[in-house]
Amino acid sequence: MRKLHQLITACALGAITLTGSAFAADTAKELTGKQIAFDRSKGNCLACHAMPTVPDAESPGLIGPPLIAMSARYPDKAKLRAQIWDATVANPSSSMIPFGKNGVLTEAEIDKVADFIYGL
Amino acid sequence: MKQQIIMKLLTGMAGLGMVLGVATAHASPEQDKQDLIKYYSTKYPNVKLEDYVYGALAFDPDSKAQYDAIMEFPPFDSQIDAGRKMWETPFKNGKTYADCLPNGGKMIAGNYPMFDETKGKVVTLEDVVNDCRVANGEAPFKLSDPKTIGVLSAYMRTLSDGMIMNVKVQSPKAMAAYEDGKRTFFRRTGQLNFACATCHVQNAGTRLRSELLSPAVGQAVHWPVFRGGENLVTLQGRYSGCFKMIRAVPPAEDSTVMNDLEYFHSAMSNGLPMKASVFRK
Ligand code: HEC
Ligand code: HEC
Repeated sequence: MRKLHQLITACALGAITLTGSAFAADTAKELTGKQIAFDRSKGNCLACHAMPTVPDAESPGLIGPPLIAMSARYPDKAKLRAQIWDATVANPSSSMIPFGKNGVLTEAEIDKVADFIYGL
Repeated sequence: MKQQIIMKLLTGMAGLGMVLGVATAHASPEQDKQDLIKYYSTKYPNVKLEDYVYGALAFDPDSKAQYDAIMEFPPFDSQIDAGRKMWETPFKNGKTYADCLPNGGKMIAGNYPMFDETKGKVVTLEDVVNDCRVANGEAPFKLSDPKTIGVLSAYMRTLSDGMIMNVKVQSPKAMAAYEDGKRTFFRRTGQLNFACATCHVQNAGTRLRSELLSPAVGQAVHWPVFRGGENLVTLQGRYSGCFKMIRAVPPAEDSTVMNDLEYFHSAMSNGLPMKASVFRK
């Protein structure tokens, strides 16, 4: 199953959002995409990324680029999701955590985070 | 060019194997250290090499000023005193640590970790202290225990203040141990998929959330540290903390993996002056 996801994501097909949401819809029921992105034990995206358009995105780290104008820069949302799922596909020496590949976030959580980031 | 080598090292196992294959044939510890310094100094031309011993503070004058103020009256002085008492208290047989350590234990810390050819492995200064205890009929300390060996070593290192770090890698076996430590340093691990180098090479001088990341060069010269002023943390205790941060199971302290890591890591500080315990937040 995991292998399959890996292949699909590596090819960055739109289909992943569909297969992904088959997972664990209930485990992440309570948290919104923003909460998952902010939570230090979940996405902790702020450890590395500023979010200039989000007023309460406080004291961000500077390791990754600021997340801004994402829908313009990633017209294909699946590409954005693939970056979150495994950043080492696009850049093998990436410092970014492979959230999906290493199971740091569930597929459903990644969907929500991708939606949230897409709106920035 | 050099930057590329480090990047290659960072790209994970496949790239790592290849680069290390080359590195084993060519790179000496001195060369590895120079590569790192070149990498940092290209990115941060204004930070002086001698300031790397201040770690993250070298990149943040405000924090450095706070640190200087705290270090005028170190909040951990009483623990250093306790360490001195341990150091001076003779064993049951009347001998002391000074009797069984090289040079009476003075100006030696910068020689460790050392590759012990007889034992065929890396020994840390803490190992040597324990050997000394056992040779004199005392029970060994639990290594990396902050309350015993930690406090004692905090005092011992005051006896080497200012010594230049001088870790030697001379025989083929020593080189193998060094390479083992280097591999650990550059290998991604843990659920979060970081290598030590991801944070302390690739992103040194950058903020991870509100934490400025220190460069690997200069990290090994000032141990143990006192976090928050009083909480003693040994060097391998710090490694364990960093392993846990990336959701990896830390190797046991004083294991071959840890000692080899300390061997490589300390050699990257060669040429820099040792400093007895420091404050860390
Ligand atoms: C430890 C550091 C780190 C963390 C944590 C992190 N990222 Fe990243 N991210 C990076 C880096 C570095 C890049 C730059 C590209 C690369 O090297 O992969 C990046 C790139 C990105 C990009 C592409 C941006 C662009 O301009 O093309 C997106 C989108 C992204 N990250 C989203 C996220 C989200 C969402 C999270 C949290 C769930 C997150 N990142 C957590 C380090 C991180
Ligand atoms: C996810 C990031 C990250 C990774 C990976 C990481 N560290 Fe750290 N490390 C930190 C942070 C943050 C600090 C505290 C700030 C500083 O001094 O850099 C730190 C501090 C240290 C210090 C103390 C520096 C000082 O002078 O107080 C040492 C030594 C160290 N790390 C070694 C390692 C080693 C060895 C590894 C690999 C096993 C490692 N780190 C992996 C983030 C990391």
